[in-house]
Order: sequence, then C-alpha cells, then structure tokens
Amino acid sequence: MIGRLSAIAYNTYREAVRDRVLYNLILFALLIVGASVLFGQISLDINRIVLINLGLTAISMFGIVIAIFIGIGLVSKEIEKRTLYTVLAARPVRRWEFIAGKFLGLVMTLTVNALLMSVGFFAAVLYVSHRLGLGDLQLLTAIYFILLEFILITALALLFSTFSTPIFSSIFAFAIFAVGTFAEDLRGFARMADGLTRWVMTGAAYLVPNFAALNVISQVAHDVKIEPRLILLNTLYVFVYTGAVLTASVWIFERRNLK
Amino acid sequence: MTRDLRVQTCYALLLVAFLTASILLVRQVDRVRSDDPLQEVLYIPSPKVVNRMSLGYSGLLADIYWTRVVQYFGSKHKAKARQYLLLEPLLDMTTTLDPKLLPAYDFGSIFLAQKPPEGAGDPLAAARLVEKGIRENPQAWRLYYDLGYIYWLELKDSAKASDAFERGSKVPGAHPWMRVMAAALAAHAGETETAVYMWTNILNSSEDPELRKNAMNRLLCLRVDSDIKILQDRVDQFTTQNGRFPSGWQEVISDGLLRRVPLDPRSNPYQLVGGHVQVAQPDLFPFITRGLPPGREAGDLPGEPGFKITKTQQ
Repeated sequence: MIGRLSAIAYNTYREAVRDRVLYNLILFALLIVGASVLFGQISLDINRIVLINLGLTAISMFGIVIAIFIGIGLVSKEIEKRTLYTVLAARPVRRWEFIAGKFLGLVMTLTVNALLMSVGFFAAVLYVSHRLGLGDLQLLTAIYFILLEFILITALALLFSTFSTPIFSSIFAFAIFAVGTFAEDLRGFARMADGLTRWVMTGAAYLVPNFAALNVISQVAHDVKIEPRLILLNTLYVFVYTGAVLTASVWIFERRNLK
Repeated sequence: MTRDLRVQTCYALLLVAFLTASILLVRQVDRVRSDDPLQEVLYIPSPKVVNRMSLGYSGLLADIYWTRVVQYFGSKHKAKARQYLLLEPLLDMTTTLDPKLLPAYDFGSIFLAQKPPEGAGDPLAAARLVEKGIRENPQAWRLYYDLGYIYWLELKDSAKASDAFERGSKVPGAHPWMRVMAAALAAHAGETETAVYMWTNILNSSEDPELRKNAMNRLLCLRVDSDIKILQDRVDQFTTQNGRFPSGWQEVISDGLLRRVPLDPRSNPYQLVGGHVQVAQPDLFPFITRGLPPGREAGDLPGEPGFKITKTQQ
C-alpha cells in the first residue's frame, strides 16, 4: 500500500513540477517579494513591516492559486485523458489510494514551492534587516501556517475535482477559501442571531474551513508572539479537517461510475 | 448488511467523527485567539484608501464594515468595556464606503453617544458622524432628530439641539413634532417638561415594544427627578425653619410640609439620608439625575439588558 501511495504521490509531484505555469507563478511571487524591498524603502519607517506583509501574502496567495489550479485537475484531467482507467483497472490500485496519493503528491509539490519562495523571502528579510535573529523564528510560524493553508485548500480542490468540472471546481475552491477567511466573523454573526437562524448559522460557520486562524501575517509583522497552543491546535485542526475532506472525496469517488 | 452498505456507513461515521473533532478544535482555537492583541488595530485606517481598493464594490464592503461595527460593539458591550477604540474609525470607514447607509449613522450615533459601558461615551464623535450623514443625506429628517437628541440629552446644548430639530422640521415628510421640539427647546432650554413631552410622544407614536418600554422607563425616571426636586425643597424648608436636618419623613409631615410618606413610581418610599432625598433602589431608575446615593453619578447605573435604543424607528 505504501509503495502504491508513494508511486502515485511521486508521479503527481513529477507531473506538477513539469508544468510551466507553476514556475511562472513562483517567479512572480519571488518578484513581488523582491518588489516589497523597494516598496518598503519608499514608505516611512515600515520597510520591514511592508516586506513581511507583502512577502508572506505573496507566498500565501500564489501558493493558494497553485494549489487550486493543480488540485482541480488532479482527478478530472485523469478522467478526461482516460489515464485513470489504466491506473485503476490495469494496476492493483484502490480508489482511496489514488485520491490519497494525488493529495500527498500535490502537498509535496506545494511544500517544495513554499520552501523555494521562503528562501527568497528570508534573503529579502536579511537584506532589509542586515541580520536574522531569534525573533525571526516567528516568521517560520507564519510560513508553517501558510503550509497548513495549502494542505487544506489542496484537499478542498481535490474534493471538488472528484465530482465537478475544472472550471466549477476552481470557482468552488476560491469561494470556499474566501468564505473560510471570514469564518470567525461568521461565528460572531451566528452568536448574535436567535432561534433556528442561530442554529443554522452556527452549524454553517463551524463547517466552513477556518482559514481565519491560519493567517497570522499581520501579527508576525508587528512581532506579536504566536502562542504555541495555537500552533498545536491549528495543526490538529488542519489534519482533522483534511481528514474529513479526504473522506468525503474518497466516498464520492468510490460511488462514481468511471466506465 | 451488504458490504456496500457497510462501506458507506464507515465513510459516514468517519466523516462525522472528523467533522465533530474539527468543530471542537475550532472552539479551542477561538479561545486562544479571543484575546488577540491586534483586534484593536485597524489595518487600513484611511476610508478613502479602502474605498479605492474596493474596485467599485464599495457597497458590499460598507455592508461588511457595518456588520463588523455591530459585532465589535456587541462584543465590547457584552464585556462591559469602558473603551471602544475602533468604533469611530469603523463607522467613518462604513459611511465613507456607503454614505447613504442611514442605519450606520442612526445606530452608530447611539453606540458612540451613550456613556460606558452602554456605549463609547463620545457624544462629540456621535454629533460629527450625524453631521456627516446630514451632509450626505440632507433629506433624511431622522438624522436631524438624532443630532438634536445628541445635543440636547448628551451634550446639554439646548440651542444647538433646537437648531437641529428646526432644520429637520423643514425637510419634507418630517415628523410634525420636530417643529414642536425645536420650539419647546428654544423656549424652555433643558426643562423636564420638554423631556416629558418628547418621551410621551415617543411612547404614543411607536409600536415597537422595546422602544415603548424604554420611553416608559424614561418617563418614570423623569417623574422621579421631578419628585426629588419638590421633596428636596420641602426638606430644605424644614432645615431652615428648625436649624437641623429632619430625622425622618414623620417630622416633615408633622411640620405640615408633606401629607404622607412620599413613594417613588415603583411604590417604594423615598429615603431621607442626612437631609438629602434619595431613591430606595437606584437600579430601578437607570436614567435619573437626582436622588442618587453619594458616590454614584447619573449614567453609572446598570440599565435594561442590551443597549438602550432611545429613538423613534419610523
């Protein structure tokens, strides 16, 4: 099983890194990180804050775009090209292994991308601050949370990919990402409602992915300490929520008639 | 049970378990982030910049900011906060993004004007917000009413209040008693009769039970203020005649200054403490300005739960 999973994951990774769009996006993100150095210089006394805000936002946004655009095609492209039938029929690969392998492959791709972009980002921080200190470890927390964001959005893109066309999948994925960034506000609104509305809103607010808690870019830009408990809870949350999304993906994929 | 059904049940159970765990974890995450120190920071403080960044979708953004105002105020109010640092900038942002959003001026001015913990205790900011609303919506007569209310009750400036009511009364469709209020304030600057007139009008013209309850509460408090003024005059008269404070109401009654022990509108006897008339239970009268025990100021009292809406909503 492990062998089959890693084979699918590695192939997914290999296929993704061949994509030229991926490199364009990474290059663009790195350009923005570089531009933030210049942008910081023309602002008054906040060049480091601008660099952190703009740099980490670029890493996050471009990673999300890459995750969605590659994630939505993971299953549908295989169905379209009819390569899926070869994989599932000719080889002893179970459907859940196929989904899990595709997911792991894309997460691997995104992790490598994030690492590349982070190297560029830290080089820019070093250029602006002239040194890297212990305080900069906070930036790693923000990057770790961005990686957790990638894991969540990859799982969601994959879920939509199991039952919808690539265009609709990308719309759904972007929409759920946008809604997820307002998850805390939604829970706040739900608390203010009464009766049945309160129940429905609370349910919906807790079911949408909690992207809000994963964005700590502004905090680290202002050197606000991120509590270790939040790191632990966010990690657990992302793993559990991803588990739920992957279970749903496999469930749907198992029921699909691929003939 | 067939194999397929067993598999389906397994998936369903697994999904429910994951989702339940994720909900429990979100609740924990919310607890950790509830005292986030950056919550009191407005990342983009310039309404004009946000307006440009909205790419034309300023209406939607204004709605989002307005909901954030309500949420911010609600959470602060619930926590009985004494400071509402973001309230004015958030309202400014909302009304710059959508200058026609009347509820933002209407309720926003209440949030800003009321004394902490009921509100931000910044009536000047409330007046500024409503003036901005009037500039953008000169035909909205209620905004003049809001402004008059703030000047009259919060800033104790009867002349400006009268002017606001007067300007509002000229707007087509304005409530007829706007003109009466303007005249009454100009003639009897700040007198209790004017307040009684106003709250009686609200009581009679509103169908909202909360507003009616609030108006009734205000009227009872005004009656207490009026009672205390009369009773204090009698007690002072006793003190002048006898060269000492009365020890109780019986002495004042014996001197023929009162007929019986005076009762407040909730049927509790007024208290006589060291020559001063006080209410027995000040918490029952959250808006009184007279007869409070020493050390308590008007506006310090806990009122009805929830913020007090003190204006007509027609």
